[in-house]
Amino acid sequence: MTENLVDGRALDRPGGAARRTSRWPRWLADAVSPLMLTPTLLILSVFVYGFVLWSIVISFTSSKLIPKYDFVGLEQYIALWSMDRWYVAIGNLAIFSILFIGLSVSLGLILAIFLDQKIRGENAIRSIYLYPMAISFIVTGTAWKWILNPGLGIEKLVRGWGWTDFSFDWLVNPSMAIYTLVIAAVWQSSGFAMAIFLAGLRGVDGEVVKAAKIDGAGTWLTYRAIVIPMLRPVFLTVFVVLTYQAVRSFDLVISLTGAGPGFASDLPATFMYQMAFSRNRMSLSAASAVMIFMTVAAIMVPYIYSELRREVKNER
Amino acid sequence: MSADMALSPRRSSSRGNIGRTLGRIFIYGILILFALYYLMPLFVMIVTSLKSMAEIRGGNLIALPQSPTFEPWRVAWMEACVGVECPGIRGFYANTFFMVVPAVAISTILGAINGFALTKFAFRGHRLIFGLIMFGCFTPYQAILIPMATVLGKLGLSGHLWGLVLIHVVYGLPFTTLYFRNYYVSIPQDLVKAARVDGAGFFRTFWYIMLPISGPIAIVSVIWQFTNIWNDFLFGASFTYGANAPIMVALNNIVNTSTGERPYNVQMAAAILAALPTLVVYILAGRYFVRGLVAGSVKG
Repeated sequence: MTENLVDGRALDRPGGAARRTSRWPRWLADAVSPLMLTPTLLILSVFVYGFVLWSIVISFTSSKLIPKYDFVGLEQYIALWSMDRWYVAIGNLAIFSILFIGLSVSLGLILAIFLDQKIRGENAIRSIYLYPMAISFIVTGTAWKWILNPGLGIEKLVRGWGWTDFSFDWLVNPSMAIYTLVIAAVWQSSGFAMAIFLAGLRGVDGEVVKAAKIDGAGTWLTYRAIVIPMLRPVFLTVFVVLTYQAVRSFDLVISLTGAGPGFASDLPATFMYQMAFSRNRMSLSAASAVMIFMTVAAIMVPYIYSELRREVKNER
Repeated sequence: MSADMALSPRRSSSRGNIGRTLGRIFIYGILILFALYYLMPLFVMIVTSLKSMAEIRGGNLIALPQSPTFEPWRVAWMEACVGVECPGIRGFYANTFFMVVPAVAISTILGAINGFALTKFAFRGHRLIFGLIMFGCFTPYQAILIPMATVLGKLGLSGHLWGLVLIHVVYGLPFTTLYFRNYYVSIPQDLVKAARVDGAGFFRTFWYIMLPISGPIAIVSVIWQFTNIWNDFLFGASFTYGANAPIMVALNNIVNTSTGERPYNVQMAAAILAALPTLVVYILAGRYFVRGLVAGSVKG
């Protein structure tokens, strides 16, 4: 990178052009950075922070189809927390998050460690593991909906192999539908975990590993006792990003199960959407959105804070 | 580090060699098995899209097509039904391109300027500002959906693709800013200082010093934005309807239109067509895509 700057195009261009003295007064030149950031900050303070506040305000009203501002206190939250459907949604979210994160992390870590063994064709294999990340959840849902089709999908395939009483109807089975979401989501996102872990493994100091080898530690012991503990920050990152993804899961649910059968595979995000756009219960929907927001904020704010703190520390 | 982790320590005994070989076979076996697992859905989609419905009913999921036909692809492109109308997905394809191009361009340019302002001409409190912008990456969109619907209605952009352009620029900005900021942070400050001593101001430094070396991160940003916007469903479903819908909304509608027998072959062809642009980008520039993924979550 630096070499590129020294003898590359970067430096020979400004030579003539930049030597002129700036026409701007000093105070304006100093203010230009904050000035340039102002549009973005304004946009984000309206569209992110302002809108979140607005949603919170609406959650304290009795708005149905259009916002109205009659404050009814915690009425919507009480209604929300006494709805069976909401309990189904958060119960599903718990099942989904635990399985999705657990499976993606384990699969990602195992594949990353295996890929880190001087594998021939590593690039090709890595690309195959990661391509689902480039695909929309809607496409993923469409594909798995077909694969899991109770009449013509896997069930028929396995029956054709001779197990004639094999049955696989999770997609239409209310108590199993949530697990089909796990199957498809893990397929889509475990490659992501693999990529982050692999980047982390490549960043581990080779000297430490060499020292362990000299002390007679085998490969797997080296990983278990030395390398994996060093990956703590990477685990945190993977965990945070996957949790965020799980909490806001929406597209996949709509395309794979449609939150059904009935509302058996509802998640908070689909609950919120339904209430806002098909049931005309705007303030109830806002209350559920606030719940989602709080959950994400509780995870993200400390994470972002610690990342920035680490940066400050590294600068010193 | 991989160089130091080549399986077990070298041993000269033949038992060690056999163990080593078996270990290698095991590792390759697992890696290939999972490669097949990740490829399976794509394979199923492709073979299904090349079969007639009769063959789909008669055969199984992974059987190769006996008499391959591109008819489902033609139907998906020109005649696939969304509700009662059957316009195919081509119009929605055009919609999405129309929306993606300005949204990607605007958010990337603004992100570059922001990243520069946050690092090379830094000011007091720049880190707090960056933190506030970064949180924008992780806003759950559910929390802004209702106000957004109200505002788009007021602006007269409800149901219009320009509304989606606005949305994707706004919610893409935190990501593009993050990318450029973390890239510029690693570039020696001396370079900017030198230009400043020579009298170059904000814009000249940005234009002549930073932009020429921003190629890689600009590609990362463009690919990230393109993939995300192309693949968006939530905003498209919330704020557009009918012929204005972007591709993923159209695909979902095609798949869930249930009039008569479900044409699974057409559905699969439509799904592959919908996934094709981002897949092509991934195949051509996967390196940058991965960098975006990693940079978006692990900073620096």
